[in-house]
Amino acid sequence: MTGEVLVTVDGVSKKFCRSLKKSLWYGARDVLSELNPFARAKGGKPPGNGAADTELRPDEFWAVRDVSFELRRGECLGLIGRNGAGKTTLLKMLNGLVKPDRGSIEMRGRVGALIALGAGFNPVLTGRENIYVNGSILGLSKREIDEKIDAIIDFADIPQFIDSPVQNYSSGMQVRLGFAVASSLAPDILLLDEVLAVGDMGFQSKCYNRLGQLRKAGTAFILVSHNMPQITKFCGKILYLKGGRVASFGPADQSAALLLKDMNACSTDDCSSLDTGPQEAGTLSCVVTKAYFSNTNGDPVAEISTGEPVTLVLCYRCHAEHIMNPVLELVLRDQTGDALFHGSSRMAGIELGKFRGNGMLTIAFPHMPANNMKLTAAIALWDSAMHELIYWWRGVTLRVNGDPNSKGRVSIHCSWKHQPQKATLTGA
Amino acid sequence: MQPTVRDPIESIQPPSEFAPPDMVRPRADLASQTEPRDLKSAATGDASKSPRVIVKAGADLPVTVYTPESPLRHPARMVREMFRDLLASRELAWRLFVRDTSAQYRQSILGLLWAFIPPLVAALPFVFLNSQGIIAIQGTAIPYAAFAMIGAIIWQVFVDALNSPLTSVMAAKSMLTRINFPREAILLSGLLQVLFRLAIRMILLVAVCTWFQIAPPWTVLLFPIGVFALVVVGFVVGLALTPLGLLYSDVQQALPIGTTFLMFLTPVLYPPPRAGLAGALASWNPLTPLMTVTRDWLTTGNVNPLASFAAVTGVALIMLFGGWILYRLSMPHIVARIGN
Repeated sequence: MTGEVLVTVDGVSKKFCRSLKKSLWYGARDVLSELNPFARAKGGKPPGNGAADTELRPDEFWAVRDVSFELRRGECLGLIGRNGAGKTTLLKMLNGLVKPDRGSIEMRGRVGALIALGAGFNPVLTGRENIYVNGSILGLSKREIDEKIDAIIDFADIPQFIDSPVQNYSSGMQVRLGFAVASSLAPDILLLDEVLAVGDMGFQSKCYNRLGQLRKAGTAFILVSHNMPQITKFCGKILYLKGGRVASFGPADQSAALLLKDMNACSTDDCSSLDTGPQEAGTLSCVVTKAYFSNTNGDPVAEISTGEPVTLVLCYRCHAEHIMNPVLELVLRDQTGDALFHGSSRMAGIELGKFRGNGMLTIAFPHMPANNMKLTAAIALWDSAMHELIYWWRGVTLRVNGDPNSKGRVSIHCSWKHQPQKATLTGA
Repeated sequence: MQPTVRDPIESIQPPSEFAPPDMVRPRADLASQTEPRDLKSAATGDASKSPRVIVKAGADLPVTVYTPESPLRHPARMVREMFRDLLASRELAWRLFVRDTSAQYRQSILGLLWAFIPPLVAALPFVFLNSQGIIAIQGTAIPYAAFAMIGAIIWQVFVDALNSPLTSVMAAKSMLTRINFPREAILLSGLLQVLFRLAIRMILLVAVCTWFQIAPPWTVLLFPIGVFALVVVGFVVGLALTPLGLLYSDVQQALPIGTTFLMFLTPVLYPPPRAGLAGALASWNPLTPLMTVTRDWLTTGNVNPLASFAAVTGVALIMLFGGWILYRLSMPHIVARIGN
């Protein structure tokens, strides 16, 4: 590790207030105390959980608490955590928008932020005029923008609209333009907040390539995202914030795994705010009374190894007199909510026949390919025309274990070979 | 294709790792990561290999430190930063001014004429009431209609400057909470707008003087100083109210009412009364000398309260610096409180 340290965050904490009235009042008082240069200097760390927090005023809490890390040139740090864990507040402090209440932040070099794309756009002005405004806000001089404007327009890829007012742009086009301007800077440190999820596929890949170029040029990244596959792919290190504190800081996989563990723990325990608990919906003229994964012996299982056969068993009770040929739809999701599989009896070309009274549906997987993940099954039962959602439910889970060294989402059977004579791959 | 961004040094990866085809470039990536570092260290005297403290002293990159400490503890550094930011914000201020002005007039039919309307609306009812004998304002050296209109135009300069800081900062709120840029740019662009409208109103002023055949005395050369003083005093008051006004909407509600009230208490549409409560009020009102002196420079040339004019302007200039400091210090706290 020889890269120079660009970001040093040392014991940073920030208070927030739950009540708006009090928050504004505290804000006014903070401004006044700031005017007194002889105010008592605050130091040290906020007291631990057990100790009484004398520094907190009524209704206040630590939004960010004693966070420390270092970031070197070319590194990428991912900030993860649930909503309200303090990620954006930390980013705002790094950007100098908000002062820390404790600790210190040292930023070396030019700081860029892809946080509010297109901030400062005026809807009445044309795209071209807005490039100049936006560029100036981000710290570019007119000459720099003159030099870059063709590249910016080219990157945004909206040449036919560049001289129309921005209010006629679609939201995607505004974001494209915003990203094009913001990413034309070559900062030493770049802060990103959930901006990689914008635009269509083509544009997203352009964004990635652009960020990749910056990274090669030595830019250090700090990235906030809820997209776990993306963040683990992009970031070498991850800082996992939990209630404002650092729950884990280290190699990407380690922190990400911890977050996923916490998320899973939540789905079975108390965290009703997380949208992963069992849920039922629909007209309920037919309901699933029991659902489980079973092994080949028909015994319920909670855990299997990848590649093993498994069957999803659904016992139903039909309240309607009868239902002809309903359609059963199934989605298997991983912990992050990404769909691993989606299929339905209609897609499979199966007619389910007449539903009446009680019955059982089974969906058999001869080789479950999921790798190292916890699957959650969501099922939907539709009438034959798929106009009526009879029953929608999710919640049954299955842990699929695999090779711990393998990071892929599925394990695919393959054979490896080496042919020594002539390269079969085209020369790269 | 997604860039290979895993830091090869940071995460020691097991040899059996699966990697998608586009990730099988770790060597290329490693090379390109070390390359700029080498270039950098060559350019900066191998800064990367020096101990951290020395790198810091080398100051090859600008270093920004954020701490809870009040910047007032290091006044010299603070003043240096203030002027650095002021310089850095010139271009942005101009750009924002051009943006706001062109957008404003592009979406308007009357356009520039709007600059004329507030002083006319303030003065014409008084001119009418006075001409009908409903009110009787006497003792003006020039025709009352001219006196009232010139007064209203000058007063509008003050009101405009007073409203400017809060209005422009409020309009830039979403930018302020998301982007770090020299905050002075917002104030400067507001000031430019004030000056722009002022320039347009000067046309109205010339028209009034021509219509009433007021031949300006030589002191008209000093008139810009009077206008400057009004802008400074108005701006200082507005700047002082800005931090509070950003937190509480009460300030914005009160401003138009307050300025109208203040106009009637200040000799804008009437000459300064000599006696009674009104006289006492006028003599203690710091705006009286500004209004009187500025108007007299343009019209009669007999300037009376010049000393108090100079005093008020001097105090305002000092307070301008204080208001600037207050604005800078309060911004991070306000951004933290008003959220997005």
